[in-house]
Amino acid sequence: MIEKTINFSRRVFVEKTATVAAAVTIAPGVFLHQVAQAKPADQAVTSAVRWGMLIDTNKCATGCTACVSACNEENGIQSHDRPATDQQWIRKVKLRDTQTGHITSLPMMCQHCEKPPCVDVCPTGASMKREDGIVLVDKHICIGCRYCMMACPYKARSFAHETVTDQKDYAPRGKGTVEACTLCVHRVDEGGTPACVEACNAAEHGAMIFGDLKDPESNISKELEKHGGTQLRADLRLNTGVRYQGI
Amino acid sequence: MKKIHLQEIDGNSMGYLGLLAFFGAFVLAALGSTYYMEHNGHWVTGMNNQVVWGMPHVFAVFLIVAASGALNVASISSVFNQKIYKPLAPLSTLLALALLLGGLMILVLDLGRPDRLIVAMTKYNFKSIFAWNMILYNGFFVIVGVYAWFMLDRTMKKYSRYAGFAAFIWRLALTTGTGSIFGFLVARPGYDMAMMAPMFIIMSFSFGLAIYLLVLMAAYNWTNRPLGDVVVNRLRKLLGVFVAAVLYFVIVYHLTNLYATEHHGFEAFMLLGENGGSKYSNIFWFVQILLGSLIPLAMIYAPGVANCRKTLATACVLIVIGGLAQMYTIIIGGQAFPMEIFPGMEVLESTFADGATTIYSASLPEILLGLGGIAMSMMVVALGIKVLGFLPQSLADEVADPHYKAK
Repeated sequence: MIEKTINFSRRVFVEKTATVAAAVTIAPGVFLHQVAQAKPADQAVTSAVRWGMLIDTNKCATGCTACVSACNEENGIQSHDRPATDQQWIRKVKLRDTQTGHITSLPMMCQHCEKPPCVDVCPTGASMKREDGIVLVDKHICIGCRYCMMACPYKARSFAHETVTDQKDYAPRGKGTVEACTLCVHRVDEGGTPACVEACNAAEHGAMIFGDLKDPESNISKELEKHGGTQLRADLRLNTGVRYQGI
Repeated sequence: MKKIHLQEIDGNSMGYLGLLAFFGAFVLAALGSTYYMEHNGHWVTGMNNQVVWGMPHVFAVFLIVAASGALNVASISSVFNQKIYKPLAPLSTLLALALLLGGLMILVLDLGRPDRLIVAMTKYNFKSIFAWNMILYNGFFVIVGVYAWFMLDRTMKKYSRYAGFAAFIWRLALTTGTGSIFGFLVARPGYDMAMMAPMFIIMSFSFGLAIYLLVLMAAYNWTNRPLGDVVVNRLRKLLGVFVAAVLYFVIVYHLTNLYATEHHGFEAFMLLGENGGSKYSNIFWFVQILLGSLIPLAMIYAPGVANCRKTLATACVLIVIGGLAQMYTIIIGGQAFPMEIFPGMEVLESTFADGATTIYSASLPEILLGLGGIAMSMMVVALGIKVLGFLPQSLADEVADPHYKAK
């Protein structure tokens, strides 16, 4: 009897140990999605996600610049009233189809290409793409040669032509280096959404959806699957992270 | 053919010192301009977010291309074993090094962060043609430096042919790289063409030889050393072939673009001045083609001017001006033409000049920086020929011409 009890206890012990071991092994995989949504600061970015944006131009209101103002506010971008040399991370563009006459309004920014020409041409590697698809400039090793601006098919980059004041600590910038939309990487790394998307929603247009292109359950993936989306200059095969509807 | 004596120039005359002071003033003005542009930021220049490379790059790329071409004279001597070019070879290497130095000086001083040159030298992205160019430029200094040393050092002279061969291959790679900086830009209709690389090579032949001839004639004239017609006429005829070859490449470049419907807009802009491109088309037709190619060709080949040094020198100056104009139309014109981000759409409103042609006007500091680069090159040549024997004592026909027969 005593022996039987001991055997039972041993079986329970083995079973419980196996359960715990399995949980420890499987858990990271199970919870990976949540980890990617709100990445701890000490954890490396992974290619398990690819951040992207979908813009519905039919919902984008002509004359509304909420996304532009929000971006400037968020990233500390100031105008010197010199449009040709001021930095513009996001801009509003109004277009007319030359065949049909259809008018379109859309926000234009870094398209966060899978194969970014700016990264290809950068001599020092300052232009770089994170594992999660966000294209950035490392301001510490940018020498200000502007070759990336020559190479970008979307005119998405700006050169800091003047001294930068009142910088945000999460968006470092500097005179003589090149900059562009970071997809508000500081927010994304904390599980947030870019300031422009937030502002578009706050203005009740809802023209911009941000999310993980690799997650079939994300809103952006579902919307793209349902209604599709267009890449600008798709002929260049850059596989952009930003897609448009209605053009 | 008599023995060639290479000898330093005296370099003590007032004229020589005045020349150094003249070039030095331009170099100082360039440094002052750099301080002004870097201190205030690039908004004080004519450059902006549309035309990101301006007048400094026109001068810099011209000098870098010409540097490679200036080495041609030495290559013809070492690689193709043409005896008449042998005494001309040392100056060719000095000029090549000096022009590259001047061009790189401009390029570096125009960077947004010239203080980070060390970053550019230590961090390489090997997919970037720009990074490859940095290696090609540095390698050019080493290889051409060694080549010059082997030619001037009697004990090493036997190896100079091998160094010359290496330098020849390297300079072809260097100009291929420089042309590819533009050829590899897929997004802009004015670039994105593999032909940029060979076109830059043939441009280098023409610009480099024009500058070489100017320097050669000036140096011999001002030092009262004899320079015979045989050498000068040989170089003159070669220059004519190069100028014609550049024209041929320009024609093929535009014909290729004209065949592709997607590039018709750019060609109408560049050749006809449509869509606000009249400034660029005027520079193309009147400066690059007429003043910089056709008139010099006529001056080179016209009967009765064979031995006229002034006509040849004028032709060389026009070729240099035409070369700068060609760089202007390629570099500035290529950027000023709006990129087609939204095919089939007309841009009605944009805060970032989408769909609009940019009219670029170079600021004075940019022009001074460019001229400073040329002055730096010429100063290095002037100092070089004083310190080392790059110049033969005489290039009179009886000395230089291997087939000379006393009349």
